[in-house]
Amino acid sequence: MEKKHTLSVLVENTPGALARIVGLFSGRGFNIDSLCVAETLDPTLSHLTLVTHGDDMIIEQIIKQLRRLIDVYKVVDVTEEGEFVEREMALIKVRAEKETRAEVLRMCDIFRCKVVDVSPKTYTVEVTGTESKIEAVIELLRPLGIKELVRTGLVAMRREKKTL
Amino acid sequence: MATKMTGAQIIVEALKREGVDIIFGYPGGAVIDIYDELYRTPEIKHVLVRHEQGATHAADGLARSTGKVGVCLVTSGPGATNTVTGIATAYMDSIPLVVLTGQVPTKLIGNDAFQEVDITGITRPCTKHNFLVKRVEDLAWTLKAAFHIARTGRPGPVLVDLPKDVQQAKTEFVWPEEIKLRSYNPVYEPHRKQVEKAYRLLEASTRPVLLVGGGVISSGAHEEVRELAELLHLPVTMTLMGLGGFPGTHEYSLGMLGMHGTYYANMAVANSDLIIAVGARFDDRVTGKVDAFAPMAKIVHIDIDPTSIQKNVRVDVPIVGDCKRALARLLEVIREVGRPAKLWKEQFKEWWEQIDIWKRRYPLSYKQDSEHIKPQFVIEKLYELTKGEAIVATEVGQNQMWTAQFYKFDRPRTLLSSGGLGTMGYGFPASIGAQMAHPDKLVLDIAGDGSIQMNIQEMATAMDQKLPIKVIILNNGYLGMVRQWQELFYDRRYSAVQFATIPDFVKLADAYGAVGLRATKPEEVEPVLKKALETNSLVLVDIHIAPEEGVFPMVPAGRATTEMILV
Ligand SMILES: Cc1cc2nc3c(=O)[nH]c(=O)nc-3n(C[C@H](O)[C@H](O)[C@H](O)COP(=O)(O)OP(=O)(O)OC[C@H]3O[C@@H](n4cnc5c(N)ncnc54)[C@H](O)[C@@H]3O)c2cc1C
Ligand SMILES: Cc1ncc(C[n+]2csc(CCOP(=O)(O)OP(=O)(O)O)c2C)c(N)n1
Ligand SMILES: [Mg+2]
Repeated sequence: MEKKHTLSVLVENTPGALARIVGLFSGRGFNIDSLCVAETLDPTLSHLTLVTHGDDMIIEQIIKQLRRLIDVYKVVDVTEEGEFVEREMALIKVRAEKETRAEVLRMCDIFRCKVVDVSPKTYTVEVTGTESKIEAVIELLRPLGIKELVRTGLVAMRREKKTL
Repeated sequence: MATKMTGAQIIVEALKREGVDIIFGYPGGAVIDIYDELYRTPEIKHVLVRHEQGATHAADGLARSTGKVGVCLVTSGPGATNTVTGIATAYMDSIPLVVLTGQVPTKLIGNDAFQEVDITGITRPCTKHNFLVKRVEDLAWTLKAAFHIARTGRPGPVLVDLPKDVQQAKTEFVWPEEIKLRSYNPVYEPHRKQVEKAYRLLEASTRPVLLVGGGVISSGAHEEVRELAELLHLPVTMTLMGLGGFPGTHEYSLGMLGMHGTYYANMAVANSDLIIAVGARFDDRVTGKVDAFAPMAKIVHIDIDPTSIQKNVRVDVPIVGDCKRALARLLEVIREVGRPAKLWKEQFKEWWEQIDIWKRRYPLSYKQDSEHIKPQFVIEKLYELTKGEAIVATEVGQNQMWTAQFYKFDRPRTLLSSGGLGTMGYGFPASIGAQMAHPDKLVLDIAGDGSIQMNIQEMATAMDQKLPIKVIILNNGYLGMVRQWQELFYDRRYSAVQFATIPDFVKLADAYGAVGLRATKPEEVEPVLKKALETNSLVLVDIHIAPEEGVFPMVPAGRATTEMILV
């Protein structure tokens, strides 16, 4: 059965490391739904959050193939590891003219979005949350007229074990 | 303070420290500094080839026949791109190579400079790893790491791209004592628990098969395989890459399995209740239709690369580790339990009776012909005349399969064949690498009339080095393997499988200063082969074989391995 998996990957911060990972996915026909890369506290390592999907055997292969890359230090299947938090951010430039300006603001309020840029005809809205929240906001703003949309892709982190 | 060395000096020094005494290469502007250093380094024998693809296959042939890392050196741009097929060939068969490529100076990289190509980008998917060295200070470490990565774990080719300014810059030479990579730690030692599980499956089995793959060759586990098979009376089958991992003449050998495997090997696997796969990756040429592969069998899979396990077939007991160690542990468990040999023999008695029936029903065979030379007969004769002691390279196609079926490989590292990529033109340069490494051994290349033309230019290299390689061309006047598919599955529509022009191989040999021989009738085979084997020089033997002879058994692609087309 196909399932979505969020993988957390630590790689050596070397040129070509990202190309290797992306090349692995395209070359072996695996899917990348989203990919997010940045430095970590240790500047010699980069962190990737990669969302993919596939059946169990495919996901097992993806993880093993990633681990096989010489530059890959650690791979964690966040989805399988139990509880985790995940967040994504989106910037949405939405039409906001006389009739709809108030409407946009009201929605922002409900979803705790921030307006980060204002023009006579648009608001640019920043929304942070789970994927489903982002999608909900997009769906609600869509009828008002979305001019531009940029999403970061998911980042994820395991929850600390709450043992007392 | 240590004296400073140029990058080029460091490269040559690194090769010496890695114990490299032979390299294959072709010069050009981007590696001229390294060549200048080699000029002063008699300890390293440089073999000048005629095409960079030849250099990679020769390095590969050296690696396969010795177990060492093969090395080649080429210039940037076209020199580098010419190595790609050779690198991919080594990658698919897990052969350790270090490929050194020249690169334009670092400040020109990305400018479409003269003879610039992004070779690390191009070879990323077909190398185990690759490096672009941007600072001379990183050079020594990188080269040592390249060798380390190439030979450890699952071996493979590593490419190091060397910009010209890095070769010319100077730094102190610091040779690292060892390479530690936090992100690369292959597992050699298997989990004891998994090994015990494997043992329990063996105890419970009545129809086991031991499946030997290329990993047995690369880890040198052939002794352990034999010990296990003899101790437990196990039938043993081999993949193409595993041939020689267990003696082909052994009474327990079922020969090769898979698309062109023996009837009895495929039947045994299909009916087995337990497969112990050692260093084999369940390629589609081996499994046929996966859903129908060994439906009743539990599978124990020993492999150093976790990605090989559970990739194509579902595995009951995965054992990640080195074949040699894993088998040694299994043998320990067997000894600890100490079940008498007699019990094992009894346990598999009926199974062996069944296998013997299959063996008698369809042994490997072919129909003799008084007019046409049968290729299988040629291989049998070669086997007989060389007492099975030659190192045999093959090209790709029918010639390769007849060799796999009819030359009984008793020792590891004696068959050099491109299995995974199936690269026509591999065999001849590979035989050059093998003969360079084994000057006193008999080295053959069993070729097809098509394949041999793909790297025929290396005859000059073999002559340069005075290599007495015997190239046996099984000349059917066809791209025979493709023709066979067209005959069987495309209603004999022979599309583009016949060359209008084939060179006169005897004259061609003569043109290179080699010896050319020809056989066109069955009775000529033995004398011509004898003559070739007695000749101390490169020999090209053009043997005109029955043009439409096929390779059988054959499992049509995508079918169950029990659905064999027999002779
Ligand atoms: C025309 C043609 C026809 C062919 N027909 C057949 C056929 O009929 N039958 C057949 O078998 N093949 C056939 N082949 C070859 C086939 O394509 C594959 O190359 C071959 O089956 C692979 O062999 P293998 O599984 O032993 O794997 P290899 O490619 O040799 O892989 C070795 C495996 O061992 C592992 N390994 C490496 N080192 C170690 C170690 N130290 N310890 C543990 N594990 C290790 C690796 O990770 C890998 O999984 C044919 C090829 C051609 C070109
Ligand atoms: C470089 C390359 N190109 C094409 C093929 C496809 N191919 C596989 S076998 C074969 C025919 C080989 O002909 P020949 O060398 O005469 O060998 P034969 O099968 O006749 O023994 C071809 C074209 C290949 N394996 N490698
Ligand atoms: Mg041919």
